[in-house]
Amino acid sequence: MFAAAVLAVIAALVLVVVRVLKGPTLFDRVLAGNTVGTLAIILLTVLGFLNGRPEWIDIALTYGVLNLIGTLAILKFVRHGDLAHDAGEDRA
Amino acid sequence: MLLTLLVVVTIAIVRMRNLFGVIVLAGVYSFLMASVLIVYDAVDVAMTEAAVGAGVSTVLLLAALHLTKTMEYPQPRPAAIPLLVAVGVGAALVWATYDLPAFGLAETPINQHVVPYYLQNSLKETMVGNLVAAILADYRGFDTLGETTVVFTAGIGVLLLLKGRIPTRAGSRTPPRDGGTA
Repeated sequence: MFAAAVLAVIAALVLVVVRVLKGPTLFDRVLAGNTVGTLAIILLTVLGFLNGRPEWIDIALTYGVLNLIGTLAILKFVRHGDLAHDAGEDRA
Repeated sequence: MLLTLLVVVTIAIVRMRNLFGVIVLAGVYSFLMASVLIVYDAVDVAMTEAAVGAGVSTVLLLAALHLTKTMEYPQPRPAAIPLLVAVGVGAALVWATYDLPAFGLAETPINQHVVPYYLQNSLKETMVGNLVAAILADYRGFDTLGETTVVFTAGIGVLLLLKGRIPTRAGSRTPPRDGGTA
């Protein structure tokens, strides 16, 4: 059962990597990159339960935070061209 | 399977000219590498790979991209000699691995030198339950201190480099549509 789940996750990874490589616009790539991170989280969790070490789920949570930071940094840079941009400046 | 994906992503990183795409691909590579390490049961290393590769280096690469242009110029000439050298060195290293003793044998020198001592006495001497942590932070404490100093100095250097330039406000930086990986 778990092995089937792992295989499914890896198949999904293949599909997402294809999208990263082809993706006509940059945002397809960003979204696909984010999905790769999500799939890595799922893979980590499934393998943790498969190997009888469910405490890996804590590490999976950290992956989630990292994934969010990376994607947010890229998107913020695309929007503002600057990582330290203050959104309040736009409204003022 | 995962390794094949890694190879594909690496080739795409080398060939892509849009540096935004390269950064995204580097994050993808990092998460794939972390998955490979998870499959090999090395969760701590995978954790470091994801934190450094997908977290910090994405931000650092973006900050560096802020100082330059987003498109990379194609190489003026094909670099045949460096490719030859790299492939040669890689082949020599693979050839050298055939002389290594089998992985994990107890009789090999690396497992006979100080490892039995650590296994016997580390809990008594350091009161640290995790053997790896005991070796890194106690027996090799000065080594780890040196490494931390090096990393800290490098971090300061990078911060100074990124900070030293006054950010140019000219022109909004909308990403161009990148045309494929070639």
